[in-house]
Amino acid sequence: MSTATETIEGLVRQEYKYGFYTDVEVDAAPPGLNEDIIRLISRKKNEPDWLTEWRLKAYRHWLTLKEPTWLKVRHEPIDYQSIVYYSAPKKKSDGPRSLEEVDPKLIETYEKLGIPLKERERLAGVAVDAVFDSVSVATTFRETLAAKGIVFCSFSEAVREHPDLVRKYLGMVVPYTDNFFASLNSAVFTDGSFCYIPKGVRCPMELSTYFRINAANTGQFERTLIVAEEGAHVSYLEGCTAPMRDENQLHAAVVELIALDRAEIKYSTVQNWYPGDENGRGGIYNFVTKRGLCKGRNSKISWTQVETGSAITWKYPSCVLQGENSVGEFYSVAVTNNYQQADTGTKMVHIGKNTRSTIISKGIAAGHGQNSYRGLVQVRPGAMNARNFSQCDSLLIGNKCGAHTFPYIEVKNKTSSVEHEATTSKIGEDQIFYCNQRGIATQDAVNMIVNGFCKEVFKELPMEFAVEAQKLLGVSLEGSVG
Amino acid sequence: MNQPMLEIKNLHAGVEGKQILKGVDLTINAGEVHAVMGPNGSGKSTLAAVLAGREGYEVTEGQVLYCGKDLLEMDPEERAREGVFLAFQYPVEIPGVNTTYFLKAALNEIRKHKGESELDAMEFLSLVKEKMKILHLPEDCLKRSVNDGFSGGEKKRNEIFQMAVLEPKLAILDETDSGLDIDALKVVSEGVNKLKRLDNAQFVITHYQRLLNYIIPDYVHVLFDGRVVKSGGKELALELEERGYESLMSHELQPA
Ligand SMILES: Nc1ncnc2c1ncn2[C@@H]1O[C@H](COP(=O)(O)OP(=O)(O)O)[C@@H](O)[C@H]1O
Ligand SMILES: [Mg+2]
Repeated sequence: MSTATETIEGLVRQEYKYGFYTDVEVDAAPPGLNEDIIRLISRKKNEPDWLTEWRLKAYRHWLTLKEPTWLKVRHEPIDYQSIVYYSAPKKKSDGPRSLEEVDPKLIETYEKLGIPLKERERLAGVAVDAVFDSVSVATTFRETLAAKGIVFCSFSEAVREHPDLVRKYLGMVVPYTDNFFASLNSAVFTDGSFCYIPKGVRCPMELSTYFRINAANTGQFERTLIVAEEGAHVSYLEGCTAPMRDENQLHAAVVELIALDRAEIKYSTVQNWYPGDENGRGGIYNFVTKRGLCKGRNSKISWTQVETGSAITWKYPSCVLQGENSVGEFYSVAVTNNYQQADTGTKMVHIGKNTRSTIISKGIAAGHGQNSYRGLVQVRPGAMNARNFSQCDSLLIGNKCGAHTFPYIEVKNKTSSVEHEATTSKIGEDQIFYCNQRGIATQDAVNMIVNGFCKEVFKELPMEFAVEAQKLLGVSLEGSVG
Repeated sequence: MNQPMLEIKNLHAGVEGKQILKGVDLTINAGEVHAVMGPNGSGKSTLAAVLAGREGYEVTEGQVLYCGKDLLEMDPEERAREGVFLAFQYPVEIPGVNTTYFLKAALNEIRKHKGESELDAMEFLSLVKEKMKILHLPEDCLKRSVNDGFSGGEKKRNEIFQMAVLEPKLAILDETDSGLDIDALKVVSEGVNKLKRLDNAQFVITHYQRLLNYIIPDYVHVLFDGRVVKSGGKELALELEERGYESLMSHELQPA
């Protein structure tokens, strides 16, 4: 047994390979939050007055709110005055940003993360917006996309170049009054991605944003807005990492999706923020509001998430099914190992007739991890023949972790049907031994069982990322059995 | 090459402080089929578990040599890769893990260990097709998750099928006959017999003589209360069938 134990320990030590820090000169605001800081952020970005005002309204509203306490997670109180709300690598010039002007250190950072930004090395068929702390440093394949009328750029740029679109849709799905973290984000959001797919256009490639937290004591508050016009299709993926630090860092993002008639948006996340060490020190607090509005008839929004990182994950990617016959989907794998905590799930709000939703949630808890599924299926009075199917499965590895399921169902229409299934299973010693007896080592056996458990969700990910997600899951669970 | 395949010497083992094996001696050579018989609770499965390296079983005395090497020093997966195969009395269900995928991973681990190249999906599939014929295993078993929702008979057949694919040197079959009807028993036994070779050995654990009508052992051992109390040829199995364990034991345990 001793050799097996040693290798497992070795693997634990090499666990988080994205934990490095890039030393770049930054332009940062002093820590703390007040109206001046918000004006400063807005000024740095040359924002129009309406947006500055919107931020200030959000801030004033936020001051009236309290941090939510209903979560099944525990953490030290967050000191919002000690956080830096703006930090950006210094630009070499003020002119239009092209890749040549991007600091080579940043390009190198993304290369180390496996996200090449240089023309010839780019991921085939994937356009990337790279966000570093508070700003977007590069967006690839812009010309190719522009030829089809697709806008894919940083949020800041969208505010400058497409102010009417941004003004029309910003806050439509997640108003600044929505919740504590969404209000905070609305006040201080710095960058993020903006996608606009015009009528009838199928986006010819995957769009993706890669978020990187680098600076210490800095919060990342990005905002993503995706609008798919009538009959438009888009598949979007976000990935995220951060350096290893003993202090917790706050990440409070807002994502809004809007699908008009017959439009389809597929939004995939591979979340690998730094999870903290094996004793629960450090890690990212990932408090995120994601919501999609199926505004048009026959529209469809599909969320797929693989959540392996963060000390705490709090997010409920949701669908508001307003258009008749619209479809909402949520496929989730959430892993908590060591002392990670996750409280995640979805909301499906059925408003229109014949709306359908599917929820497949796979929670994996190992070590001392706590994993909660929290989901709401709401059928409003007008949602004739609405259908929902939910399946929430939990897999436990070891005896010190926990899995919890909190399904909320509110049905106000008798013609609708809502189905909920839930299972909890454990990777048994007998299963591991059976695999061992066939020549398969323990860690491989765990990966095999876990991947089998998550199969239904992985098949929803774009091909290139499904393989990554599988590997990531393996790394996240290394050392979970000894 | 006259080294025995398996030498069990004065093996004492237990679980949770309870002594179960109380001095087992047994030697198996390549090309031989050995049967171990004994009443329920005599320690047959414990012996199999100790040989396969199951966690929780503590060896307090004695040793086991496998092809001259100390078997008890090895991790369970290492024993498997060295050619020790256990057909489980109660095969384990692994939901979500495809049977073909599982078996391919297992075979490739063994091949890697031997320094052979790994088989790709196509090569593996043609191997599997060939071995399926031996066991008359329905093809859809391979498409399902490992033992998940299999009938008792399918599970046992799947064990022998895995044995056919992995080609172990030492196969330990723990009550492979239990829960099988007579037709299934014939199929499984035929399978086992076809896998018999001069360079491998089979260690067949059974409670009933019935199986030994189909798998003809070279040697029969009677395990009783953690000890081999009698060894003999295949006729010993018939004797047991006629007279029962109890009479044999009472006879055996009487001082001369
Ligand atoms: N894990 C265990 N914990 C406690 N007792 C056990 C355990 N496994 C087996 N035993 C006991 O050891 C004895 C031998 O069991 P086993 O080896 O399964 O016998 P057999 O296979 O011959 O029927 C029985 O009395 C059984 O109850
Ligand atoms: Mg038994």
